[in-house]
Amino acid sequence: MVSLTINHQSLQVPEGTTILEAAKSAGIVIPTLCYLKELNEVAACRVCMVEIEGSNRLMPACDTVAQEGMVVFTNSRRAREARKINTQLLLSRHDCQCPTCVRSGNCSLQDLAHDLNIIEVPFEKQIPKNTWNMDHPLNRYASKCIRCLRCINVCEKVQSLGVWALNGTGEYNKIEVKDGADFSAAHCALCGQCITHCPVGALVERDDTQQLLDAIDDPDKITVMQVAPAVRAAWGDTLGFTKEQATVKRMVAAFRALGVDYVFDTNFSADLTIMEEGSEFIERMTHPGEYPMPMFTSCCPGWVRFAKLEYPELVPHLSTAKSPQQMFGAVAKTYYAQLLGVDPERIFCVSVMPCTAKKYECSVPEVNDAGAGRDVDMVLTTREIGRLLRSVHVDIASLPEEEFDQPLGIGTGAAVIFGATGGVMEAALRSAYYLITGKNPDADAFQAVRGQEVKGWKAKTLEINGITVRIAVASGLGNARRLIEALKRGEVQYDFIEIMACPGGCAGGGGQPIQDGCELAGERGEKLYVLDKELPLRFSHENPAVLKLYEDFMEKPLSHKAHQLLHTDQTKWRL
Amino acid sequence: MNILLDGRPEEALRIHAYMLRGGYQGLKRARQTPPQQVIEEIKSSGLRGRGGAGFPTGLKLSFIPQQEDTPRYIICNLDEGEPGTYKDRTLCEHVPHKLVEGLAICAYAIQATQAFIYCRAEYPYLVDVLKQAINQAKQENLLENLDIELRMGAGAYVCGEESALIESIEGHRGNPRFKPPYPAGQGLWQQPTVVLNVETLCNVPFILREGADAFSSVGTPDYPGTKLITLNGDVEHRGCFEVTTGTPIKEIIETVGGGVRQGRALKAIQVGGSSGGFLKASQIDTPLDFAALQKAGGSLGSGAILVLDETRDMVDLCFNIADFYRKESCGKCLPCREGCYRGWQIIRKIQQHQANQQDVENLFLLLDVMKETALCGLGQSFYLPIQSCITLFEEEFQAKLRTEVGGGERIS
Repeated sequence: MVSLTINHQSLQVPEGTTILEAAKSAGIVIPTLCYLKELNEVAACRVCMVEIEGSNRLMPACDTVAQEGMVVFTNSRRAREARKINTQLLLSRHDCQCPTCVRSGNCSLQDLAHDLNIIEVPFEKQIPKNTWNMDHPLNRYASKCIRCLRCINVCEKVQSLGVWALNGTGEYNKIEVKDGADFSAAHCALCGQCITHCPVGALVERDDTQQLLDAIDDPDKITVMQVAPAVRAAWGDTLGFTKEQATVKRMVAAFRALGVDYVFDTNFSADLTIMEEGSEFIERMTHPGEYPMPMFTSCCPGWVRFAKLEYPELVPHLSTAKSPQQMFGAVAKTYYAQLLGVDPERIFCVSVMPCTAKKYECSVPEVNDAGAGRDVDMVLTTREIGRLLRSVHVDIASLPEEEFDQPLGIGTGAAVIFGATGGVMEAALRSAYYLITGKNPDADAFQAVRGQEVKGWKAKTLEINGITVRIAVASGLGNARRLIEALKRGEVQYDFIEIMACPGGCAGGGGQPIQDGCELAGERGEKLYVLDKELPLRFSHENPAVLKLYEDFMEKPLSHKAHQLLHTDQTKWRL
Repeated sequence: MNILLDGRPEEALRIHAYMLRGGYQGLKRARQTPPQQVIEEIKSSGLRGRGGAGFPTGLKLSFIPQQEDTPRYIICNLDEGEPGTYKDRTLCEHVPHKLVEGLAICAYAIQATQAFIYCRAEYPYLVDVLKQAINQAKQENLLENLDIELRMGAGAYVCGEESALIESIEGHRGNPRFKPPYPAGQGLWQQPTVVLNVETLCNVPFILREGADAFSSVGTPDYPGTKLITLNGDVEHRGCFEVTTGTPIKEIIETVGGGVRQGRALKAIQVGGSSGGFLKASQIDTPLDFAALQKAGGSLGSGAILVLDETRDMVDLCFNIADFYRKESCGKCLPCREGCYRGWQIIRKIQQHQANQQDVENLFLLLDVMKETALCGLGQSFYLPIQSCITLFEEEFQAKLRTEVGGGERIS
């Protein structure tokens, strides 16, 4: 242990503790900006500077290890003045368009400037120009970048892609796509982790909110909304709601208050995905040598992009089943249009997703088969829907709870856990067990695949009726790469692998509400497991709406029709 | 006295000529004693780093953990980027074997088998010279199991800073690392590493051959030995010279440099390159010594001495220095990235007669913040030349300020 004093308070901390952590343990707040524990400890912003007795310079609390006998002052005049001037310098290069910035009210630079009582910037404003093509699902405002390097490090360290790089020196340095390449040529998965780790509004998703408002106002359009599982675990954060206020049923009421015609649930098509993908897996398992094995899930477009860009040889291993989002769109513009008795062209299908890559996915021609424009016309992230909800000026907290519309609003517990890492695998196993043995397992029998590995993946070997199934689950693309490399080296063998691009799965998706410095995937995933437990149906093969769809329209899993609408040729879908 | 430049340039690559002068005797002697004792010898010689910071060399070597069976590296810093400094280049051109020998001795002292020479991008012609010297030493079986690899920089000034240099060798962008951990603990590829300047290494063979006392008896007790200086600016004879430490600067200018050019009056000198402070003409009795120069408000630094005669405009000079910093800041840490630029902006404003007193006060605030909060030596040292230039030649700056109210806003 090391003894030191911070602001006259005596503390004992384990060796190797930084001053920042030591202060935190004593309830002393030191403002930080670029710092992210273990992810971005670059000490670049020089905001957390503290005074250490006997040192002629101020030291960054985030990167200075506490030493025996250290006397630290976090709020001395010297420290405060330096912090203030450094923040003013940051502001002189930041396009402070706060009222019209999507991060207003959720911006670490804004908070810092407020906290330091900065009411003027005595340096001439010199704002870098924005040259980004804003048609990309992922947008970047150079004018707001504070060069904290977080995007570089999260992409490199967590996602193993290294899309971003710091180029140039001194005042001319800037974050760019690595090697100065055009973004469209970069191997970007569009996972959006750089967005959720950006402390300011420099990295954002493309805003598509106006498109939805236009569709709602168009009398010829029937707006059909689907809501992804993970959205329900986080939507309330955009409005500052408590857990009690942010119920699933209140979410339905809120989305309906926007004026959409039908609010459906992606859980419905997640169950459908399990039927198709589970059947595909059993087909592959029971016909050894006929199909490439192992089979990988394909519901995460970030992962699918990663696989196609980084490991094209694995493409035949991807499940041909479309993602729940695209299955929903295909069903909405065929089966549901028939049910309504309307021209499918009139249906405007919008999905609310915790994801930025979904904005890209809905535009891929190979996953659009219903023949009435795009199967999913547009995608909004959880953050965008939050912005829209605020703009309708309805007291959402006091809206009475409402149910999803029928029949595409029916989903099981197996579907709701799609939003957490391991969820797709668990749901698939619940149904695979049934398909193989003819009876249901205990719904909680496959909990071992739950939870997030920071570095690595979860693996399990199961025995179902004499059939051995080796499964693996990874979240975060760095972990996906580790798993794939181990597979290629022949160190591990699996039959079925679930991969989610974002750490913790969709709950920690790149489209989710941001709380700077907090990784909320675990907490949000837990909410989904609670919902699963509370639902009366917990097996995808028991979803009555899915069964009805097969009976009346799709015939059976992997039928000709199902292949036409619910599957895709992964090898034709190229990047 | 010549400890360093003792050979004829045309004999630079004649290893036997070097050996006849006692070359590689130091290495031989070193190998006959335990490594620990070699470090002790260097320690007691009082040799201090010649790159600029003046850190005791023996002490630096002693920080490398001794017995542990981990890889360790020695790096020769030949990224001589300080404006007006070309002493390391001169050494490589004249006595390349001295460098190879010094490197081999220090590698032996820390039990390293891998050495690197990090060569400044602008010195490509030295690569061949050094490679030849290394090969000759190899052929004479002088290097034993030591491998010396040459690495080229890419033109960044900041890569002369040891942690940025290490990053660069590792193949990364040359951004300085935050210290601690110091390279002695976690340096190149996170292994114990010592980084030494060319001139420092070139002093080592003499110490091992002639003994620590022979070295420490030369020059001042606090900074013994000789120092290579590069004499630039308004003197009759410019060039690189070896001078015994403690020699008054006045004597250097008058005898070595042949006096101020065209018999003009001396206005000021800047010692230590762009990061050094200024001395007024009245201060030139200051001896060429680390502590003495620091006390006088300057710094010995790399040993560049810029002589300025009465015709020089100090505001212009100040602007040039700021311009250099602005271009060479790596931009990773905010105070250096923005501070160099904003400082440059204010000085440009002064130069153009557009600044007022408030701007100057703001400049000083910026300099303070940079000194206190910049991540590496580059940003931290910006204040020294600028502040000393403005303070010493206040009247020249004042004469260019606007007197009417308005203009620059107050910082905080």
